Amino acid sequence: MATGTEPQPKSGGVHTGTRAAIDAPHLRTDRWWLAPAGTAAGLLAFVVYSTWRAFADSNYYSAPYVSPFYSPCLAERCSTMHAGPNADLFGSWWGISPAIIILIFPLGFRLTCYYYRKAYYRGFWASPPACAVAEPHKKYTGETRFPLILQNVHRYFFYAALLVAGTLTYDTVLTFRDEHYHWGHMGLGTLVFVANIVLIWAYTLSCHSCRHIVGGKLKHFSKHPVRYKAWKFVGQLNNRHMQLAWASLISVAAADFYVYLVASGAFNDPRFF
Amino acid sequence: MSSYEARFKVWRGDVKGGDLEDFKVEVNDGEVILDIIHRIQATQASDLAVRWNCKAGKCGSCSAEINGRPRLMCMTRMSVFTPEETITVTPLRAFPVVRDLVTDVGFNYQKAREVPSFVPPEGVGLGEYRMMQEDVDRSQEFRKCIECFLCQDTCHVVRDHEENKTAFAGPRFLMRVAELDMHPLDAAAESGLDRKKTAQDEHGLGYCNITKCCTEVCPEGIHITDNALIPLKERAVDRKYDPLVWLGSKIRRRSS
Amino acid sequence: MSVVERQEWDVVVVGAGGAGLRAAIEARERGARTAVICKSLFGKAHTVMAEGGIAAAMANVNEHDNWQVHFRDTLRGGKFLNQWRMSELHAKEAPDRVWELETWGALFDRTKDGRISQRNFGGHEYPRLAHVGDRTGLELIRTLQQKIVSLQQEDYKETGDYESRLKVYQECTVTRVLKDGSRVSGVFAYERETGRFMVLEAPSVVIATGGIGKSFKVTSNSWEYTGDGHALALLAGAPLLNMEFVQFHPTGMVWPPSVKGILVTESVRGDGGVLRNSDGKRFMFDYIPDVFKEKYAESEAEGDRWYEDPDHNRRPPELLPRDEVARAINSEVKAGRGSPHGGVFLDVSTRMPAEVIRRRLPSMYHQFKELADVDITAEAMEVGPTCHYVMGGIAVDSDTAAARGVEGLFAAGEVAGGMHGSNRLGGNSLSDLLVFGRRAGWHAADHAADLADSRPLVDDAEVDLAAAEALRPFSAEGPEPGKENGRPPENPYTLHQELQQTMNDLVGIIRREGEMEQALEKLADLRVRARRAGVEGHRQFNPGWHLALDLRNMLLVSECVARAALERTESRGGHTREDHPGMSRDWRRINLICQLTDPTGGLGATDPVSGQITLTRETTEPIRADLLALFEKEELVKYLAEEELYE
Repeated sequence: MATGTEPQPKSGGVHTGTRAAIDAPHLRTDRWWLAPAGTAAGLLAFVVYSTWRAFADSNYYSAPYVSPFYSPCLAERCSTMHAGPNADLFGSWWGISPAIIILIFPLGFRLTCYYYRKAYYRGFWASPPACAVAEPHKKYTGETRFPLILQNVHRYFFYAALLVAGTLTYDTVLTFRDEHYHWGHMGLGTLVFVANIVLIWAYTLSCHSCRHIVGGKLKHFSKHPVRYKAWKFVGQLNNRHMQLAWASLISVAAADFYVYLVASGAFNDPRFF
Repeated sequence: MSSYEARFKVWRGDVKGGDLEDFKVEVNDGEVILDIIHRIQATQASDLAVRWNCKAGKCGSCSAEINGRPRLMCMTRMSVFTPEETITVTPLRAFPVVRDLVTDVGFNYQKAREVPSFVPPEGVGLGEYRMMQEDVDRSQEFRKCIECFLCQDTCHVVRDHEENKTAFAGPRFLMRVAELDMHPLDAAAESGLDRKKTAQDEHGLGYCNITKCCTEVCPEGIHITDNALIPLKERAVDRKYDPLVWLGSKIRRRSS
Repeated sequence: MSVVERQEWDVVVVGAGGAGLRAAIEARERGARTAVICKSLFGKAHTVMAEGGIAAAMANVNEHDNWQVHFRDTLRGGKFLNQWRMSELHAKEAPDRVWELETWGALFDRTKDGRISQRNFGGHEYPRLAHVGDRTGLELIRTLQQKIVSLQQEDYKETGDYESRLKVYQECTVTRVLKDGSRVSGVFAYERETGRFMVLEAPSVVIATGGIGKSFKVTSNSWEYTGDGHALALLAGAPLLNMEFVQFHPTGMVWPPSVKGILVTESVRGDGGVLRNSDGKRFMFDYIPDVFKEKYAESEAEGDRWYEDPDHNRRPPELLPRDEVARAINSEVKAGRGSPHGGVFLDVSTRMPAEVIRRRLPSMYHQFKELADVDITAEAMEVGPTCHYVMGGIAVDSDTAAARGVEGLFAAGEVAGGMHGSNRLGGNSLSDLLVFGRRAGWHAADHAADLADSRPLVDDAEVDLAAAEALRPFSAEGPEPGKENGRPPENPYTLHQELQQTMNDLVGIIRREGEMEQALEKLADLRVRARRAGVEGHRQFNPGWHLALDLRNMLLVSECVARAALERTESRGGHTREDHPGMSRDWRRINLICQLTDPTGGLGATDPVSGQITLTRETTEPIRADLLALFEKEELVKYLAEEELYE
């Protein structure tokens, strides 16, 4: 993690021969380490939480709520969800938590996301820790070679993320049932799910790849007025990509945690009607 | 008008070496760092070397690092510092130093030459260019660039790794590639030049890890990363990592 | 004397602003090996500061516009003192020069049908200024810069060397134009970075160094504007024309002090901004001069309607030519109706929605926000006159841009005189750069080609003299001539400040005979002291040294301005005499010519009365009949002497 105490290289970089001879690797006087440290702490917390939950293989369904970590649920060992997002595609040989099957997609989407890349390159890899603060690595090749060249697949994860968001939308619709699968009801969980799905969609659509695909790749907007409008709309969402990334990360964890509380019996979902 | 005496540390020296030198200087209301540097020059060190021109944030000459952050001296107001603070001013640290606050920014002029120029469309005469405002908006944003080279200075790809300077054009000139690729009448493609591909193959787009420092330091507020570099990366993906496009180009090559 | 590095070129262009780069492009495209020398980095020239636009009668927004209307506006703005052939060429060729920029990659703002959009500006009858927001100068310089790079790329493909036919020597300063008899043979320059001297030999030299604003305290000009080109021409034996005409832009920032003088673009007014005094009154309605009465609105309501319906209403008086507006602001402030910091109020906040202001005037919004902490979408700006442009300059031939009297010397852009008469219209400077930059490059290349077999030679003695002159500031200590005790050398920064104060106070926007005489005495004193301007340190990037050398140029040019201003006993355009407030028909035909008193280019004479400059009067050529016919008789009688009308 990035802190101000990391060992710094003594030559190379800003100490290359012909550059101004200044001993300090950087001269920033503000608390530049706060942002990368905060980012790293936040991401780490999510990683710990989601690892626990993904491998727990329990307390992920309590009608009508299914944890977003386990949806769609694609193994035989899945809890039965009436008209819910489960299909026994993988059969019985899948021996561990079914969350692992599906989480790879949102994980990949976020891992290759242009915002998260910035966040973890800075927060975890200190490359660079902050602007004009020397990074501790001797060599740097960026995303020019394996494995980081794979970041270029982001748009395929975006397509997958659309499907996942679609499934979660379906799950959210199902939360308008009650625990006996009767329609026309609503509980606190419904609100949690609605909030989550709105943020998930906003984050997914604000993606840079999405912006490119809907219109950014065009040379002449004037010849494609509808796509131009779509591009401008996505562009406005895209301005808030960072905020949406965090908000949807928190909301998805919150939705899962809510399901955990209800499914484990720690909390009773208040029903409004 | 309130004035006070500020403490400054200004790097003085040349390629053979140098050090931060202490100055105590008068500061008046509404002044910027460049005013103070000029006062030091006029009253204490007549040979203090500094580059500047317009003093209004329009020419991009007075780039330096103030308290370790790349900034324009003419656009950094003294009011953002407390009177007790010691303000450190150094030359840009990604480029070879010439003297005092002046650096050799030749790297940038070299890179500018390596980007193939605008290719005018054939058969379109003087006064016949027709372009819609919405089609020029994107490139116009990039043309706001005043070439202060702060983005080039702060970019860790070359700042922290001198050896990458040959392969990497830097944010300013990748943005220039994006500008031309988005220019509604650029006929590079017709002339056989694929800017989307050369961005990665020749100008080192892959080195960029979109950590956004270029955008953070841009005095013109250009969204370099979001509007130029990432779209350029996506365009490169269109060319190089899209299986359908790749297959299509293979088939075409075989049949031709 | 040390051996000075020499290089051979066909054309050397001094200055890399709009005119210099355009000249270089033209010369190179016509086959001349061309070098450009500039004091700053390539692409930082003062042209980037131009905000409003490039005036060219393309008729994209109003179909009635054509070169004749543009010509008429230019002459009216210049109060008929313009070198009319230049104004004619300028009006005719400007559209092509703008369109050409598009083929080099420029991206102007567009009209609805995809053509170049044009905006209104002071003194222009129709919307005429091609623009990019309020950063047109930046677009111009970047386009020319990138065109040069593209030519260098072509040369690289052919010769393997980017700089084989077109080279930019950045951060170099020319201190002398060298001559072989009456012919130009090259230039002497030093490299700022190392302090090394060099000689570029060339049969053609194009001077495109811009203006003289740094001789004044409150100015919109950058440090480079020290009148180098004017002085180089004088020292080479070429005359300067009408140096008394200095344009004070009506709207410069007045607060905070450190940015006093920085330009507030005229587009603010062109797009609807209004000027108010401390009583909240739109005072410009009280300052419409008789010659313009029919052209400008009489009421605020009519002026406001004009923005929407220009065909049936007259324009508001905020859009009078710059000299009129600057004088009006000056009068309001003197009458005690100014703003807290000694300007007047320029307001767009009550005229346009905040969002529109931010879109149309982005750099103004930015400039005030960052430098003055003023949000122009919510409050009025404080503005006052600032020294902006010199209409006078090197006397040139209209068609070829060749300087008079020195074979092989050319001049284009602000440094050349004549084109704008006594007052320049906004937007006409950028088109001037392009039109005459191209012409200068063209004829310089032709001249060089003609002399290909008989190139003028550079005289070693002249080089040694130039080197000695450049090194003098390092040995300024020692006794004053004729005295025994040594005195410490003069600080060039102090001298510069005194010069600026003198010119600002005594030869400023409003001039009086006694003050100008005082100014000439002060200049003589400064001249003596400037010979003792000394510097510390060494030759490597030493700004003190650079300033000490620039002082020579500023002093020469300031003397020209003061002497010519004292001589012209009338008020016209950028020259306002409190003791001679009227415009005189007889003076219209008179050009004032400044020449160096010592024909050998020496600077020995320091006598305060005679100085270094000799002033002569010259009668201008009558305006060609078909051009005069473009005006109504009633208008012409206001400007021209009776005998001119019947000729």
